[in-house]
Formats: sequence, C-alpha cells, structure tokens
Amino acid sequence: MSLLNSLISGLSLGSVYAIIALGYTMVYGISKMLNFAHGDVIMVGAYVSFLLTNHAGMNAWVSLLIAIATCTVLGIVIERLAYRPLRGTGSLAVLITAIGVSYFLQNAALLLWGADPRMFTSLFKGFKTIHAANGSLTITPESLFTILANIIIMIALTLFVSKTKAGKAMRAVSEDNGAAQLMGINVNQSISLTFAIGSGLAAIAGVLMCSAYPVLMPTTGAMPGIKAFTAAVFGGIGSIPGAMIGGLILGIIEIFSRAYISSELADAIVFACLIIVLLIKPTGLLGKKINEKV
Amino acid sequence: MADKIKKSINAKRLKGAVRNNQYRKEAIISYGILVIGFILLQLGASAGLIGRNLQGQFVPICVYMSLAIALNLVVGLSGELSLGHAGFMAIGVFTGIIVTRILESSVTADWLRLIIALIASAVVTSIAGFIIGIPILGLRGDYLAIVTLAFGEIVRNLMNVLYFGLDKNGKLHFAFNHTIEEVDTSGRIITGAIGATGVHKTASFASATLLTAFTLFVVLNLKNSKQGRAIMSIRDNRIAGESIGLNVRKYKLMAFVMSAALAGMAGCMFGQNYSTMAPAKFNVNTSVLILVFVVLGGIGNIWGGMIAAALLTVLPEALRQFADYRMLTYAIVLIVVMICTYNPAIKARISGIVKKLKPKKKKHGKDKTGKEAA
Repeated sequence: MSLLNSLISGLSLGSVYAIIALGYTMVYGISKMLNFAHGDVIMVGAYVSFLLTNHAGMNAWVSLLIAIATCTVLGIVIERLAYRPLRGTGSLAVLITAIGVSYFLQNAALLLWGADPRMFTSLFKGFKTIHAANGSLTITPESLFTILANIIIMIALTLFVSKTKAGKAMRAVSEDNGAAQLMGINVNQSISLTFAIGSGLAAIAGVLMCSAYPVLMPTTGAMPGIKAFTAAVFGGIGSIPGAMIGGLILGIIEIFSRAYISSELADAIVFACLIIVLLIKPTGLLGKKINEKV
Repeated sequence: MADKIKKSINAKRLKGAVRNNQYRKEAIISYGILVIGFILLQLGASAGLIGRNLQGQFVPICVYMSLAIALNLVVGLSGELSLGHAGFMAIGVFTGIIVTRILESSVTADWLRLIIALIASAVVTSIAGFIIGIPILGLRGDYLAIVTLAFGEIVRNLMNVLYFGLDKNGKLHFAFNHTIEEVDTSGRIITGAIGATGVHKTASFASATLLTAFTLFVVLNLKNSKQGRAIMSIRDNRIAGESIGLNVRKYKLMAFVMSAALAGMAGCMFGQNYSTMAPAKFNVNTSVLILVFVVLGGIGNIWGGMIAAALLTVLPEALRQFADYRMLTYAIVLIVVMICTYNPAIKARISGIVKKLKPKKKKHGKDKTGKEAA
C-alpha cells in the first residue's frame, strides 16, 4: 500500500509540475523564449491568496480567483514591458531579461512580504482525508483536488487551443509568426493571451502547491519553476500533452526516489532521468523533430 | 569555394590586415584592462582609498572575469548555451580544497600548492566536461541549455552527500551519504551539505590576476588559431562547416572541455579565497550570473565580458547605500541595460545621441561575428 500512497503523492506533485509546465511550454511554443520568471509568478500567486485569506479574512476560493486575476495581469505586464521590446533579437537577450524579471519579482516579494517563511493554510481545509483499505491507503484532499484540477485544466486547454478562434490563432503564431501576421492574426494579442493564460495557471499551481507543501517564502517558486521547466523539456517543449506527461512522470520519479532511494539525491535522479531521455530522444518525449534546411 | 574556405580556416595565422585589426586590438584591450585594473586597484588598496569590503572582492572579481572568459568560449565562440558552469566551478573548488589539504604537510610553499591544485582542478574538470560533453553536444540550442542546467544541479546535489577526510596517518577517506568514522573533527575536509570548512587560504589578488591572464591567453590564442576558426565557422553555419569536412562534434567538444577546465581553475582559485565553502553556493543562480556577464558584455566579446563581470561583482557592494533595495535595483538595472543594448529602436536612438555628442569620434571596431551569433 505504501507503493500506492507514493504513487498518489507522486501524481499530485506531478500535477503541480504539469500545470506550471504548461505555462513554460505555451510561452516557448509561441515566442521561442525560456521564461525563467515563470516560477516566481507562482510565488506571487500564492502570496496574494495567502494575504487575502489570512489578513483580509477573505474566503480561500475567492482569494484564489483574485490571485489568478493578479497573476494574469502580471504576466501581461511583464511581457509588455520586459519581453516585447526584445522580440526578435535572439533568445539569449530575452533569457537574461527573464532572469532579471525573476530577480525583480523575488526581491520585490522580499521587500513587500519579508523573508520569514509563512505557513500557508490549505485551500481544502474543510475537506476530510480519505482512508481506504483499512486505513493503509490515505488520500489527502490536497492531492485529490490537485490531480482533478490538472485533468480539468488539461481538457479545457486542449479544447481551447484546438476549437476556439483565439486558440487557433495561438497555434498559427507558434507555427509561423510571419505567415500568421500575413493572415491577419494579431500576433501581439496572441502572445499576450498566451502569457495571460500561462500566468493564470501559475497562480492556480502556486495555491495548489502551497496547500500541499505549506511553506511560503519569496524563493518558493524558484525550484518548482526549474523542475517544471525540466518537465516541459522532458515531454517535448512546445507540446501541451507533452507538458502533462512530463510533469506527471517527473513528479512520480521524484516522490519514488525520495521514498525508496535517498531524499538528498531525489533532485539529482530527476535531472539524470531528464538527461537520459534527451539522449535517447533529443526533442523530448512528444517533441517534434525539426529537419534542418541548408 | 569550399576549398577556399577550408584554406582560410587552416591557415596558420590570418594574414596582415585582418590579423592586425581583429586579433591584436582585442588582445591589447583585454590584457590592458587586466593590467591597468590590477595596478589601479593595488595602488588604491595600498593608499587606503578602497574600503575593506571592496578589497575582499578583488579575488572574486578576477575569478568571475576568468569564468566570463571561459564561458565565452562556449557561448561566444561555439555558439552553444551552457547553464551549468557553476557545476564545473564547484568541481574545481572542491578538487582544489582536497588537493591543497592533502599537500599541506608535504608542500610548504603556498604558491606551489596553489599551482598543483589549479592543475589538478583543470584535469578533473576537463574529464567531467569530456564525460558530460560527449553525449550532450549532439543536442541543439535550448535542449543543450537545459541539459547543462541539469548537470549543474546534479553536481550540486552530489556535493551535498559527499564526505572527504584525512585520518591520523594522513590517508584520504571518502564516503557517500554518511560521516566517516576513521576521521576525527580536525581531519574533515568536506562534510556533505556543510561543505568545506577550515580551508587554509592560498589565493591572493596577484595569483588570481595571473590566472585571469592565463585564461585570457588560452582563449585569445584559441580564437586566433586554426581550431578556433573551425569552431567559429561551425557556429556560423554548422552544415557548411560539416560539408567542408570539419568534424563538428570534435570541435564543439574541444571548446566545451577547454571551457570546463578553465572554469574549474577559476573555481579552484575561488575556493582558495575563503575559509569555508558550501555546495549550495553553486546553484543555477551562479551559472546564470556567469551567463549574464557574457551576454551583457556582448556575446563573443571577450573584454566586454570581463568588464561586465567586474562591474556586476562590484555593483551589489556599490549599491549598499540602497540597503534593502539593492538587489531590486540590481534587477532593474539588468533589465534596463538589456533592453537598451538589444532593442533596435532604443539602440539606434542612443547611438544617435552619442554621435551628436562626439561628431568626430571614429567608430569602434567591434567584433561583428560575435554579435551575429546572437
């Protein structure tokens, strides 16, 4: 049963990674940039929700909605101020700017909210932990809802990208920026929308993650951000189902190595798996192979 | 055509004008910055003009300069993105600390121990660079970046569970994930996540400057050699390079391994400058910091990276008056500088203003090829 318990917490952690990885993968798909500041948007979302519930006495679910709205706006503003001026200047310049934004968010959070770790109150405080199979199998409401949220988000996003006009425009822009513009697609709007969705999802991921692992600090988002980025590459960056599969696999690997091998080496094992996968399949599990033209 | 290109790559030295303009200018500026910087700082320190805090930054400045030069070999010359150089730095740091500790009783001269440690670090990191480089250099662009990032994290994680120590007979013990029984407290060299403690410092400003000069010498000479031109031609067009018979993998590996070895030596010097050193220091942020130096200095521009390294190492100290706001200011400065140097519209406006201010100033002969690679 401990195996099944580990599997469930692995799926739950993996779902958080998957939701964060969606933001990375969509932004990479549309603007070919590694948005290093994405992890810190998670942290902002979690802080907003935390402050509204604990200091303004708001309902946790309402605070989640406000956190999503805040992060959506934040994502659009970051893109507009920091990334858009550098569009088309090569990925390195944007990468460094994204790192600058990441430093900015972390240090702004440090100034606004202090360095002390805060104990996050779970979004699912009112729900009971499920005990099954004579109490040997426990499912916390956090992991259950995280997995559910991941499934809902994945279905909604897939439908959005494949069925709606805005989603099709996003796909067109990520396929060929210039041609999409010639077809009358508003490229700027599509990119802004991508950042908005990615950052909104980051807020959800932040609240879900802090519900399960309740320590909140200005650097809380950094490591999950990197792991989720790894998950996105693992599944094939630019691919939405890839982000989901990558996130889930990574979460399971991490929890299993923590439980059965060594908790200190869990991260090393996760990253080693990434390297092995990329050696076998250089563009990730579901990544498209791009043929080079002379 | 292919023959012609091949000939110009294989030429022992580029002839006359090209060599004079590009290579010599870059060499003079780079060494000049180093020598003038050393003299000014040394004079300033002995005249008491430079505070203690800043004096403590002298060796790190040199180390970061060397790292910027070393990373420029991968990012600028070879055109690949590496986010794992802190890993090589960490390997260099801990190799250096272990070697100097072992030699403490047998070799009394500090400088000799430092040199042996530097050589050992270079050997160990180049082996590490080779092992990691062989499989991953087939990957392209951002995938290579993430793999190097993963490598750096793996190194840091492994360092967290490594234990090294000398027992009473001076025998080296090594353990994984547990403390060593044979070694008492005084013999401990590296203790897992705590890292190295009680390091006898052997680094000095002069030796660090010499290391930077050595790094500069290696990279500038490589850049002006047959191999360097091959590396740069592969960066500019991999398929064209392949089609004239260049072994792409070999040259990419060459740049990567040399860069790793130089980063390891810089790391060794860094470790010899502090009495304690924890593996947590060598995380992604440090790798990114080195990359920031390279990009801010202009990709492929060796002396630009050096200046950026020196300025950005001093900047947090200089911003001390902003107290709590200093890292925030640092972040804003970084974003603004990136936008100002890379946004075409703003760049044009700034160069317009500069031209108006100095109407007769000659244009700088900047390294164009490096900029194009970006």
